[in-house]
Amino acid sequence: MLQRLSNLTLGLVPVVLALLFTTVILIIVGAPPGEAYRNILQGALESPDKWASVVTAMVPLLLCSAGLLVTFAAGLWNIGVEGQIVAGALLATWLALNLTLPPILFIPLLLVAGLIGGALWGLLAGLLRVYGGVHEIFGGVGLNFIAIVLTNYLIFGPWKPADGATMSGTDPFPPAAWLPRLGDLPVYPTAVVLALAAVALMYFALRGTTWGLKLKAIGKNQRSAFLMGIPTSRYMLGAFLVCGALAGLAGSIQAIGVRQRLIPGVSGGYGFLALLVVLLAGYRPLWVIPIALFFAAVGVGSPRLELSMQLDSALGGTLEGIIVLFVLLAQGVKRKA
Amino acid sequence: MDSILLIRTLASIVRGATPLIFAGIGETITEKAGVINLSLDGTILLSAMVAFAVTYTTGSVILGFIAAMLVGALMALIVAFGSITLRQDQVAIGFVLTLLGAEMSSFLGNPFVRLKGPSVPHLPIPYLADIPIIGPIFFNHNLVVYLGYALIIFSWFYIFKTQPGLKLQGIGERPEAAFARGSNVNLMRYVYTALGGALVGFAGASYSLSIKLGWSHRHTAGNGWIALAIVIFGGWHPFRVAFGAYLFGSLKSLSSIFQRVAPGIPSQFFNGAPFALMIIVLLLVSSGWLDRLLIRLPVRLRRLVHDALLGAPPGGLGRVFVKE
Repeated sequence: MLQRLSNLTLGLVPVVLALLFTTVILIIVGAPPGEAYRNILQGALESPDKWASVVTAMVPLLLCSAGLLVTFAAGLWNIGVEGQIVAGALLATWLALNLTLPPILFIPLLLVAGLIGGALWGLLAGLLRVYGGVHEIFGGVGLNFIAIVLTNYLIFGPWKPADGATMSGTDPFPPAAWLPRLGDLPVYPTAVVLALAAVALMYFALRGTTWGLKLKAIGKNQRSAFLMGIPTSRYMLGAFLVCGALAGLAGSIQAIGVRQRLIPGVSGGYGFLALLVVLLAGYRPLWVIPIALFFAAVGVGSPRLELSMQLDSALGGTLEGIIVLFVLLAQGVKRKA
Repeated sequence: MDSILLIRTLASIVRGATPLIFAGIGETITEKAGVINLSLDGTILLSAMVAFAVTYTTGSVILGFIAAMLVGALMALIVAFGSITLRQDQVAIGFVLTLLGAEMSSFLGNPFVRLKGPSVPHLPIPYLADIPIIGPIFFNHNLVVYLGYALIIFSWFYIFKTQPGLKLQGIGERPEAAFARGSNVNLMRYVYTALGGALVGFAGASYSLSIKLGWSHRHTAGNGWIALAIVIFGGWHPFRVAFGAYLFGSLKSLSSIFQRVAPGIPSQFFNGAPFALMIIVLLLVSSGWLDRLLIRLPVRLRRLVHDALLGAPPGGLGRVFVKE
């Protein structure tokens, strides 16, 4: 018990240091740090609406993190997760703009479309890696940019609204395609359930199935896993498929829930942020949930800085990045000690 | 296309490729020592922002470049400290710094967005600039571009033709052997990582002060990744890294020409072209298809083409060296 308590306190040291660091940055730019932190907190927690937004922002983080747990288990750096969100949103948008169905059929179909779109984009990065020898970081980054370019082309070309294309995206989808809200609150129960289920599923799959065990074996040592008779190529492609599918589901939810249309930055950086979440969680599934909640709160709260203090909202991202960096460094210090 | 336009296009390629040369060769030096500094995209953003902010505030372009190089070296030292001393995942730390650099550049650079500041002055080289064709293409630029030429040649000479350069290759290829022969592997890795990082910072400054003047949010986003890909495409050799930089630099110039010739193609495709090319060139050098093609060539030619197109990463790349 005492051991655990002291571990917890030690674990907080890098977080405190990270806060100190951001405080110094705020002082350098001449902004009162206390007020900045209070604005972020208020922006995230002041009303039920904000609480709901935080939960909604947590959904893509959880879905992508769940997928990244799988790729990381196989020793893969799936940076392409950002583009996989976009691909899911694109396929869902294509159907949402071109079909008319009752909601009971339409919404499940669009969610599945997201899964498929993301899985295909993930498979592409996987094929480049497994059969083309292109490291997944470069394949992924390339595919991310290509997905963004494709989105812009579609919004300003084939899918442009009747009254002219703008950065605000396509026409809104027909209401039958909208993911249902919880009353008036901007939160989507289906999405929350799916996201939590995804994390739980990956928790059990990686912990208690031979599939998970084999993936981990590949992650530890690909060559010896291969020699042990594990079909490494197939398992690695599978990991990309699973992660891409979950990211694509997040993309579909962003399109038919949060935005009810396709916008240029539909992935919203959630994929990259999810990579930070999983790194900070030390690849442990259960830690993903509170960390994603925290990141979501910072993400929802920091735009307030622009409104009330004329500071850029990137302070939130800076804080998150510094926390992850310091935690990684602190793990190294601890291991040395 | 008339010849004046052609010369002007080639000159713009030479100019536009300059930051990629600095970043690519900087990263080549770091990776030759066995360390991967993945943070390039964030480091270039942050150093470009700092360079512009310092130059705007002090009026001194030189101070801007110095500040940017310090930022680049500092980011690289964090990678070195985290991976060499603390033995954390090199890629993870580099990736976190990529995002952190981008976020910090947005936050700290906010007051400097879309301001007009000093830039590196135009400086044609006397006599050389008057040579027909060659002159306007290569010698009618500014000092940063000329320093880029010098870096290509100097880094090649240093790495392959000098004693310390051979030691540099040794600590990256076989750190254990280099240690046995008396090299202080980890100290040298620190030094070369910082040096490479400083060059990456220089690349950032050359964007905001010479090639793409000023500062805006995500001003140089994507170029760091391209520089990292160029190092692989260039087979960790300065000449071929430079060739890669010109190849990618030419895309931008070519796309403006294509847009004039074929206005039917949506402009977005040109924004995606560098990243499509990035995947294609990496497929070319990594997939083994080229090797299979080479076997069909006559033996003497095979060797030549192989050396020109393919190269292996340093044997100890990304691997932490531990004294037994």
